[in-house]
Amino acid sequence: MARILPSLLFFLALAWLIPSGPAQASDEALQAQIDALGTGGFSDTAKQIQALAASGDDRVVPALQALLAGKLYVRPSDKKVFITEKAEGGFTLIDPLSGKDMATSDSFSVKKIRVNNRLRRELKAALGGLTLLSKNPAARLKAAGAVFKSQDPDMLVPLEAAILKETEDKVRKALQGARAAVQLKSDVPEADKIAALKLIEERGDRDALSVALAAAAQSEGAVKAAAEATAKSIRQNLELWGAAQNVWYGLSLGSVLLLAAIGLAITFGVMGVINMAHGEMVMIGAYVTFMVQEVIRTSMPEMFAYSLLISVPLAFLVAGAIGMAVERCIIRFLYGRPLETLLATWGLSLVLQQAVRTIFGPSNREVGTPDYMAGAFEIGHLTITYNRLWIIVFSLVVLFALMAVLKKTSLGLQMRAVTQNRRMAGAMGIRTSWVDAVTFGLGSGIAGIAGVALSQIDNVSPNLGQSYIIDSFMVVVFGGVGNLWGTLVGAMTLGVANKFLEPYAGAVLGKVLVLVFIILFIQKRPRGLFALKGRAIET
Amino acid sequence: MTLKLIQGGFDRRTAIFLGLLFLIVVGVSVLSLGTDADSPLHVSSYSVALLGKYLCYALLALSVDLVWGFCGVLSLGHAAFFALGGYAMGMYLMRQIGTRGVYGDPILPDFMVFLNYKELPWFWYGFDQFWFAALMVIVVPGVLAFVFGWFAFRSRVTGVYLSIITQALTFALMLAFFRNDMGFGGNNGLTDFKEILGFDVQADSTRVGLLVASAVALALGFIICKALVNSKFGKVLIAVRDAESRTRFLGYRPENYKLLVWTLSACMAGVAGALYVPQVGIINPSEFTPANSIEVVIWVAVGGRGTLVGATVGAIIVNFGKTLFTGILPEFWLFALGGLFIAVTLFLPKGIVGTYDDWKAKRRASKDAAAPQPQEGD
Repeated sequence: MARILPSLLFFLALAWLIPSGPAQASDEALQAQIDALGTGGFSDTAKQIQALAASGDDRVVPALQALLAGKLYVRPSDKKVFITEKAEGGFTLIDPLSGKDMATSDSFSVKKIRVNNRLRRELKAALGGLTLLSKNPAARLKAAGAVFKSQDPDMLVPLEAAILKETEDKVRKALQGARAAVQLKSDVPEADKIAALKLIEERGDRDALSVALAAAAQSEGAVKAAAEATAKSIRQNLELWGAAQNVWYGLSLGSVLLLAAIGLAITFGVMGVINMAHGEMVMIGAYVTFMVQEVIRTSMPEMFAYSLLISVPLAFLVAGAIGMAVERCIIRFLYGRPLETLLATWGLSLVLQQAVRTIFGPSNREVGTPDYMAGAFEIGHLTITYNRLWIIVFSLVVLFALMAVLKKTSLGLQMRAVTQNRRMAGAMGIRTSWVDAVTFGLGSGIAGIAGVALSQIDNVSPNLGQSYIIDSFMVVVFGGVGNLWGTLVGAMTLGVANKFLEPYAGAVLGKVLVLVFIILFIQKRPRGLFALKGRAIET
Repeated sequence: MTLKLIQGGFDRRTAIFLGLLFLIVVGVSVLSLGTDADSPLHVSSYSVALLGKYLCYALLALSVDLVWGFCGVLSLGHAAFFALGGYAMGMYLMRQIGTRGVYGDPILPDFMVFLNYKELPWFWYGFDQFWFAALMVIVVPGVLAFVFGWFAFRSRVTGVYLSIITQALTFALMLAFFRNDMGFGGNNGLTDFKEILGFDVQADSTRVGLLVASAVALALGFIICKALVNSKFGKVLIAVRDAESRTRFLGYRPENYKLLVWTLSACMAGVAGALYVPQVGIINPSEFTPANSIEVVIWVAVGGRGTLVGATVGAIIVNFGKTLFTGILPEFWLFALGGLFIAVTLFLPKGIVGTYDDWKAKRRASKDAAAPQPQEGD
């Protein structure tokens, strides 16, 4: 009986649905049907459930779910049915159709509608049918996923009906997958089960793996072998995708490192100045973004989508100007004394941090994310978030723009001339001190731009820069000083290495291992991956 | 030979330094223990612990000055050795708590009971013995420094590169010690100490005892450093600092000289850390922060790099300023410290003691120049 009823129900439903499509009953009629759930014995309730399922109207889903969860109550005084939520001293009564709070009640004036096992089965079938036949494709997809996980044999018939009716390929595929999963649990012939395994393998995600493993554990003979083979192939496939996901995370981390390190590649790599205040330039860039967004929020909220576009040049200018001032006031007196430069810029970083802390306060500042940076999409089993994608693109754009400046502009030519042979460059009429200031300003400005990007994925606080400074130096030293390609390779290698170590060693230990690796690497190749050759290095 | 070394260590400045140190420590000890709490001359146990802390910092600064001032190795990771020494002492103190902890476990420290440890990790064995802990205070930082230095100096990593990887070293250690499953108490570190060698850590007399111990350690460290840099070995060190390649061409092996001094310096830093922990009552991974290491360097720079006395003077002055400012104007302290970094490197590159020496040398030179003139008049 239990097996026949739902199927009967669905043929009834189909007979009614297929010719005309789901007819919309009026609210009153539906309300009356739902209220009828509260009267009579179990068999009356069963009939009402069938009737509701036959209506094909997914507005009744909340009421049926509540009934299944034991949250559907009837008020004997007017025979009305409500979904209830526990509240202080009784219940909140919710209208089952509109979902609105209607009234509150003490626990004596309402009565729970009781269900037995037969009703539960019927409810599940009815719910499955209603959600699987929902008008919203996303809801159908979700329902198919739920059935796939539950593998409830009662759902086989509703699934068949839904597959017949399905118009969208993607949903049909999901439904077929769900049917395959259910078939493995039911008593269909072996050949069908093996065919079902093929579908499971096609789906190939973690749920599919657990379904295949369960099938392998429960069955015997040919099905067992096939299920084991399927599980193995899914697992291999998943490992591949997992590796791809790691690579993606690694590239994403690498792009962040790259952004933080590019500016340093100029100040440290090209000029040889150890700028410990570099991280603070990044922080200033992030705070510029915050300021821009504040101004936009208060004066012209419709411009919010452009806030990052406005912040990028502004952060470059602000951080660059501060950088030039620092070079003129402090660093130019310390050329040729790298260790002293290190100390002075460290002091500067303390001052800048404290200044920002005094002005903006020590807590994190909220920086908003424009729509085009939010959300994610999927490729296969790979989830890609837009903000990470944009940051990768952005870091590469910044890198190549900087390369172009160094290689193609006269300013870049002068910079390279001054770093290679300062006195000769001076003799050729280059204002070396001006070039120094501009180079340092350029490096700092790029750090500021990095701050704009980092404000999207990190906390904007006075300590923002601190967390990047050591990593940035590691990238530049690892990649090789004075070589932007080295910085790129260094950043990406360290990013990917970090993410691949994480699953085995944990996030912190992974980082420690990478640091140890770099320390050892520097012993072997003290000048980094892409070392400059020739006399320039022996100073 | 030994005699000569010791004699070499005792110049006039050393005598003044050690004399002053002796007078201050004896004075403070007497005033702390020998007077009533309400007497105007009484020194509170807080001040005693504070002075003891300064002396530990001075020893740490001395160890940095030895490698930076005389060997040209700017270490941005000496806080690592300091903290390792501190942890070794902290482990001993933890095991001394015994059943008096919150959970009352006779073997396992509280945090291990809390983290469901079943038995003591192997590296905690032996730390219930003071001699073992004292040995580890020197051995652990020493071995780490030796291994690190052996690799670094042999492959001729110098200058800024070396500074940055020392910074990475302490950063890596900090991250590691922050982990709970390292078995060192995670980010809470080791604290709640009860007694050391059977004496109550909180007692006034113990604090004075620790102060005296710190002073003795500082004095010993000072004498060792002085003897070392005044010896022939020290002359080679200075040669390595000023012209490493030339020293190598003359047939010396700079890496061996550096390695020895580097290891010795790390051991001194470890001792400083070990004496520091019972006086402040806690050791946690924040001692490893790279910022701490850089701060030590600025103490040395303020006092005068390569003068030894200067390092200790700088450590005490800067920390005194820190205590003062963080009490009165906490916001201002980082501005002051940052400004100090910049001002010292720009305007006082030789530090207080170095500048004083220059000034004295100049005055002597002008006196010498002035003195012969009357003779010419004859």
